[in-house]
Amino acid sequence: MSTPGNLYGIMVEFDSASALVEAVRKTRDQGFKRWDVHTPFPIHGMDEAMGIRGTQLPFIVLACALTGLGLAVLMQWWMNAIDYPFIISGKPLFGIPANVPIMFELTVLLSAFGCFFGMWGLNGMPKLYHPLFKSAQFRRATQDRFFIVIEADDPQFEAGKTRDFLDSLGGLSIEEISDDEPGDAGQSTED
Amino acid sequence: MEARVTDPLNNTIDDPTRPAELILGGQDFTSITATVSDIVLERKTPKAWYIAFTFTAGLTAVLFAMIGYLIVTGVGVWGLNNPVGWGWAIVNFVFWVGIGHAGTLISAILFLLRQKWRTSINRFAEAMTIFAVVCAGIFPGIHVGRVWLVHWLFPIPNYQAMWPNFRSPLLWDVFAVGTYATVSLLFWYTGMVPDLATLRDRARGKFRQLIYGFFALGWRGSHRHWHRYEKAYLLLAGLATPLVLSVHSVVSFDFATSQLPGWHTTIFPPYFVAGAVFSGFAMVGTLLIPARQWFGLKHIITLHHLENMNKIILATGSMVGFAYATEFFIAWYGGNPNESFAFVNRAFGPYAWAYWIMVSCNVLSPQIFWIKKIRTNVFVMWIIYIFVNIGMWFERFVITVTSLSRDFLPSSWAYYKPTPVDILTFLGSFGLFFTLVLLFIRYLPMVAMAEVKTVMPIADAHSGERRSVGDYHGDIPRDAGDTGGAK
Repeated sequence: MSTPGNLYGIMVEFDSASALVEAVRKTRDQGFKRWDVHTPFPIHGMDEAMGIRGTQLPFIVLACALTGLGLAVLMQWWMNAIDYPFIISGKPLFGIPANVPIMFELTVLLSAFGCFFGMWGLNGMPKLYHPLFKSAQFRRATQDRFFIVIEADDPQFEAGKTRDFLDSLGGLSIEEISDDEPGDAGQSTED
Repeated sequence: MEARVTDPLNNTIDDPTRPAELILGGQDFTSITATVSDIVLERKTPKAWYIAFTFTAGLTAVLFAMIGYLIVTGVGVWGLNNPVGWGWAIVNFVFWVGIGHAGTLISAILFLLRQKWRTSINRFAEAMTIFAVVCAGIFPGIHVGRVWLVHWLFPIPNYQAMWPNFRSPLLWDVFAVGTYATVSLLFWYTGMVPDLATLRDRARGKFRQLIYGFFALGWRGSHRHWHRYEKAYLLLAGLATPLVLSVHSVVSFDFATSQLPGWHTTIFPPYFVAGAVFSGFAMVGTLLIPARQWFGLKHIITLHHLENMNKIILATGSMVGFAYATEFFIAWYGGNPNESFAFVNRAFGPYAWAYWIMVSCNVLSPQIFWIKKIRTNVFVMWIIYIFVNIGMWFERFVITVTSLSRDFLPSSWAYYKPTPVDILTFLGSFGLFFTLVLLFIRYLPMVAMAEVKTVMPIADAHSGERRSVGDYHGDIPRDAGDTGGAK
């Protein structure tokens, strides 16, 4: 299956979380930049093992929360006190207590949007085509197997040497992934 | 381990030194994936599913027929009369919104509290939340009378250049329920993406691969993605937690900010939230027990999960009972004759039958869950769930109708009776609810596979010091418990 003409990367497979974490530590210590780990579920301690820094997501959500809060105050003030003043049982045209529920709801609503769209945006999704989807073995990454992939774009990548290194990690199988012809999402070139 | 030799699927033995195992039957990642996804991908649709679907789809058609009849005729087709301007429409709305609350409690609050047992049931409960909110949303939409003007509920510029009144709890409700529906949907979908990717990777037909692949957004289990995904999930849980508490509080404001005796009370927000969780857990149980039976999920949704749910039902049911008692106490202690009349009238007036159905279903029936034998008996608990569902509908009926039918002026008192249109609309909403549930169990992963895998002992990357599931009480030596533990 390997056509090194347009190599995307090399993938090595493991069958347990503990074997994976050990191999990930070794890979990190080699100093690779463009590599990733694919697992069917989030593994505790993997951030540290891979050396991933925190995400920007909370700041995006905070910005959205403040936008929602501000929007709710402005909307209620302008609509009920300025543009169309309602006098309801002698209550003030603009008063914070009566506006609290909608301030709260819009804060939560916009934060949730920020969280949802922010997370998928930072993850570069939706992305229905990816070279890895061509590998039949890689389908088990969402089921019961664990993979390390080092991309050919990595500055340290040298086809033979990197393959030898990945071989030395003691995985179940090793596969070179090529990126010639784009297919559809979730499709492999086989079956 | 030696203690349980009788039933391999019973993990309800109390042993304080050892948390109960959550996934039984020696499962590994492969078998969990196969069990859950084969229900959707491999198994032939059972005949019973088609029969059930035909029936519920028929009921749904009744719902829409009744709505159509209402729209072309007017709200006069309902049993509303002069003092009772809020009938079954509002009762059904509060009933359905309340049911949704259990899903968010399980998915968000138990997540923040690190209750690992939630992972087996959260997907199902969240789905139920969304379907219940869909049913709930119909009723305020159609009870406004002139349905074609329903957009006036939202702050959208209209030809009258008029804005909604933001000091009205009815408008707060629009925002609360709207936000709740949206956030629940985002939360549910976010949780489901990794499992949709699993289905995409296991599906055999091209069509299924495309559909699941489209909704899986190209998920490939990258840890760089998981890292942000987990943060997003935590943030969504943190947002959904105060949100779920706010929703039924705001629903209760519809009543509590009015000046009607029996409604105008500060206990309503917490009392409504407790009741919502209570009714929601009962509905989750009502659906979950047949589902785990029929689809062979007893080792994933174990007796321990059901027992935990029953404990929550017992706790919230007692809270609801305490709230009923407090209302009576305050009515007497407050010394307001209108208020005391409203409560005496509730228990002994023309709607006494409804009041005592409510008390026996909600307060008395769950009390038998104090007995362990009963709260681990699947048949008995299912019957209790049905009682609770009935009781919680009657609670909303009692609150809404008793206060309205006998207000301040005796000459305007009137007895409220539903018409067949009311009854058929309500039954039709069950049809819609169960239709959505049936579609869900047929086409989507019923159990959150990726999350269940994280609570299995083999998921622990630190295999050297292997711990059993849910063991987060520090390093107590196993043997110490066996000698000194309570026996």
